[in-house]
Amino acid sequence: MNDRAVAVVRGGALTTVQDLGRTGYAHLGVPRSGALDPAAARLANRLVGNDEGAAVLETTVDGCALRPRSAVTVAVGGAPCALRADGRPLPWGTAVRVPAGALLEIGPAVRGLRSYVAIGGGIAVDPVLGSRSTDLLSGLGPAPLADGAVLPLGAATAVRGSVDAPPWPGPPDELVLRVRLGPRDDWFTRGALHALTTRAYLVSSASNRIGLRLDGPALERARPGELPSEGMVLGAVQVPPDGRPVVFLADHPTTGGYPVVAVVREADLGAAAQAAPGTPVRFVTAR
Amino acid sequence: MRVLRVGERALLVELADGAAAEAFHAELLRRRADGALPGVREIVPAARTVLLDGVAEPARLAAELPGWEVRPSHARVGEVVEVPVRYDGPDLADVAARWGVSPGEAVRIHSSAEFRVAFCGFAPGFGYLTGLGARYEVPRRATPRTAVPAGSVALAGPYTGVYPRSSPGGWQLIGTTDAVLWDTGREPAALLSPGTRVRFVPAPRTGAGR
Repeated sequence: MNDRAVAVVRGGALTTVQDLGRTGYAHLGVPRSGALDPAAARLANRLVGNDEGAAVLETTVDGCALRPRSAVTVAVGGAPCALRADGRPLPWGTAVRVPAGALLEIGPAVRGLRSYVAIGGGIAVDPVLGSRSTDLLSGLGPAPLADGAVLPLGAATAVRGSVDAPPWPGPPDELVLRVRLGPRDDWFTRGALHALTTRAYLVSSASNRIGLRLDGPALERARPGELPSEGMVLGAVQVPPDGRPVVFLADHPTTGGYPVVAVVREADLGAAAQAAPGTPVRFVTAR
Repeated sequence: MRVLRVGERALLVELADGAAAEAFHAELLRRRADGALPGVREIVPAARTVLLDGVAEPARLAAELPGWEVRPSHARVGEVVEVPVRYDGPDLADVAARWGVSPGEAVRIHSSAEFRVAFCGFAPGFGYLTGLGARYEVPRRATPRTAVPAGSVALAGPYTGVYPRSSPGGWQLIGTTDAVLWDTGREPAALLSPGTRVRFVPAPRTGAGR
């Protein structure tokens, strides 16, 4: 292996390789996958001179540590966190140079959940069905980072432009999700639809890349029986038999048999990816 | 046909039954191949719906779809994929009992039907295959297994499916295949995709040790 690579010193709780996902295979049961906070991944890539769709690392809660084999340009965005190279503090949210062999530590998220580590050249693992993303539901793409693993990097290009302190939206204190009702809102009582859009839910600790699970009032069905399996979209608010809604995130199953009461706007899902367990959630209807 | 809006950029087309959904799905693929269906990223058939996702102009397409003339789905000329099966599943006797036949007769019934992949999902490479008559429907197991081995051939409701990899599952297991359902190093990765015709061929029992 050449020196365009980084060694994983500490993989962290869950660090995965993500790009903008694999589309066009939902009919074969392949989830879209991709960065849960795509705006953060795109911006981090831009800061280091990568294409927006280059593969980055998505950390979860407690960061990770890497040792690049050659000097690299790195930008970390998404959830704010402390950065250090060989113990020296580095700025978050902007492009920094890390020398060959230095220990780059991406600290735990101070707020939010997921930090995005873009490295000049991008993570160059072999793509699967056109994407380098790790899909935790179906096990496609590279395994979550393990201590001692080595990740290849692509050829870096010069950093263009002069955006060195871009605005980063902070993780939400309250998550407001704009939804369009349907396609199966008629499977629920009027009271359930009223509860969905007026009562507060809380992000559950059972949330993951597949779905944002919510605690709160159970949504009551207006009709019994089973829904034949049908296609599911990103942002679908699916309601399993316990009545507690689940908002489908990037690794969601492509078909499912529980009714979808509403669909969250895609633009609001990046904030959902940064909402820690216990964060209040409100659904508001929007056309 | 009923066209339901799904979020900002998707449509769920609800058809009368599975056969109508298959015919409508075939029509969509035909039009896409002819370049007459631009601005649609994903076409996902299911039990009696077809989802169109990543639709550039959903309102316009939703208004147009009910006016389509859908040609009836006729038998495909595509080859039949043969899946060799050892009918050794732990639920085979239960399934045969539900059908009111001997296990040997259950094997004959299952292996003489021609199946089609109605839709996929659950896991990459997992197809929901129709082809057994309505009288052979079986319920899911009351208690799902925590681990169903890869290659398990299984029944639930009107469907037959093959587990591409080990996973939890509640279907009734009737056999095992060595066929590789999903291999991303292969083109195409999926052995079975919507519309594929399938036959299950009883494999001779091998000696002890397998």
